Amino acid sequence: MKRRDIILTSASILLLLVFINFASGNLDAYKVRILNLCAIYTVLGLSMNLINGFTGLFSLGHAGFMAVGAYTTAILTMSQVTKQQNFFLAPILPPLDKLNVPFLFALLIGGLLSAFVAFLIGAPALRLKGDYLAIATLGFSEIIRIVFTNTQRITNGALGLKSIPNTTNLWWSYGAAVITIAIMALLINSSYGKAFKAIREDEIAAESMGINLFKHKVLSFVIGAFFAGVGGGLLGSLMGTIDPLMFRFSFTFSILLIIVLGGMGSMTGTVIAAFIISSATELLRFLDQSINLGFVVIPGVSGLRMVVFSALLMIVVLFFRNGLMGTNEFSWDKIINLFQRKPLIKRRLGQ
Amino acid sequence: MTILKTDKITMKFGGLTAVKEFSLELNQNEIVALIGPNGAGKTTAFNMITGVYRPTSGKIIYNGQSIDGLKPDAITRLGLARTFQNIRLFKELSVLDNVFIANHLHLKSNIFEAIFRLPRYRREEKEKLQKSEFLIEKLGLKDFIKEKSSSLPYGLQRRLEIARALATNPQILLLDEPAAGMNPKETDDLTAFIKEIRDEFNLTIFMIEHHMHLVMGISDRIYVLDHGVTIAQGNPYEIQNDPRVIEAYLGVSEDAEN
Repeated sequence: MKRRDIILTSASILLLLVFINFASGNLDAYKVRILNLCAIYTVLGLSMNLINGFTGLFSLGHAGFMAVGAYTTAILTMSQVTKQQNFFLAPILPPLDKLNVPFLFALLIGGLLSAFVAFLIGAPALRLKGDYLAIATLGFSEIIRIVFTNTQRITNGALGLKSIPNTTNLWWSYGAAVITIAIMALLINSSYGKAFKAIREDEIAAESMGINLFKHKVLSFVIGAFFAGVGGGLLGSLMGTIDPLMFRFSFTFSILLIIVLGGMGSMTGTVIAAFIISSATELLRFLDQSINLGFVVIPGVSGLRMVVFSALLMIVVLFFRNGLMGTNEFSWDKIINLFQRKPLIKRRLGQ
Repeated sequence: MTILKTDKITMKFGGLTAVKEFSLELNQNEIVALIGPNGAGKTTAFNMITGVYRPTSGKIIYNGQSIDGLKPDAITRLGLARTFQNIRLFKELSVLDNVFIANHLHLKSNIFEAIFRLPRYRREEKEKLQKSEFLIEKLGLKDFIKEKSSSLPYGLQRRLEIARALATNPQILLLDEPAAGMNPKETDDLTAFIKEIRDEFNLTIFMIEHHMHLVMGISDRIYVLDHGVTIAQGNPYEIQNDPRVIEAYLGVSEDAEN
């Protein structure tokens, strides 16, 4: 990295810190929650983009990994009393009732467990390609959900977990987002990340260039699942309550939407799309209420928001076939070029 | 010295025998060509050697070691690199990245060292970047180093494929129709170029080719396949005068008439 880039990056992180400090003190709970969601969806989107966008594995198992992370984090952070209150149908399995670790470790353990589950799933499923892989991972994700619904003494079954300590705040969620972005950027630009991209571009050629397909696919899958687990843990702690139904296929679909909208294979796109999607569903809420246009009053139709939202998405998909960013990434050079618009001819000559 | 030897390798797809008892011997630093009409099984033979297909029967011995049944990446790691008949570059990636990725197989650092840029990884990355840049310059692609590989003209894409294959540090380079789609001038350049890289990188070259002009001018020995059967082998002079070859291939080839 150039010196200028380091300065600019540090400055923007500092700016983010100032903003978080301001936001946690001055914004109301509703806005803070949306901001939290934006950051958590960034983590989830990036984790899925690594698997689907950068390595080209069409995996639909993300909700399962999030569930593993969310449940692990929740069980590890809830107090003994809360656990007793939660597990009134059947008592919680012995060692788990006393287990209690700090939030950071709970998140990491959640991520690691999720990565481990991904390894178990990936070992057989990643031998498949394309649509078959999608079906297999979707199936595994549903299996995880069904198992969680039925392991009454570990996950409290269909009742879910309530009163999970609300540790997630802007510091946690944005901290996680920044760390995820940094690690992903370092990974993507390393030799391993380039090998992932090679697999996406052409599997046969990648294999002929000595890249062990299976090893690298599993690596990408496991790393993606780790961050999905962390994101799930943050989300559970933000919501305060989780149940197996939360982690249905539709949740995977929301994340898929983010990476498709942002651009498969663009981290910048994922971050932008995560912010757009998480805030747009809230910002468009006014459409559900009655609108007074002065000469006519449109009565409130609940659900109109989602219709408009879907229409907007369709426009994006139709006119930005590769998502908002394609596979382009943010760089300070581009930003600076944007501000110092030289005449076109000069720029051509410069190249 | 024999470096690669196939012993009667046969490939059957159901009832169809694509290649029958193909026996090949490659000696160190030789340039050997495999020719034959379309559908003769040349690429199938190639795919067996590079591990894409597992031969139905027969043995492949490389440096005294049996390699049949190994995966393509394992075979490349042992020192056999290939190019493809219909160019298979990593299209969306830059020229530099295409070559850099081919260095990945020799990377010793693990993924954590790579993510956190620990000293060993940084040293390895620098080495591999320098090697990639050297290869790119060597193959005359320096002006395009930052370009997307799919934006290169056709001939240069073929060169880039060779650069990429060389980056894996091969002992044997397998070229699948390197001159396909090239005009006569480009073909002549390629002839000189193949000899040059053979000497420069101490390679043994095994290639499939249709341009007789190129094949006859460059090959030490030639194998001829027709309908999966080896109908002739020998030096270019012998092949040109072999009646079976003329009947099966050269007699109907436009190139041979030139």
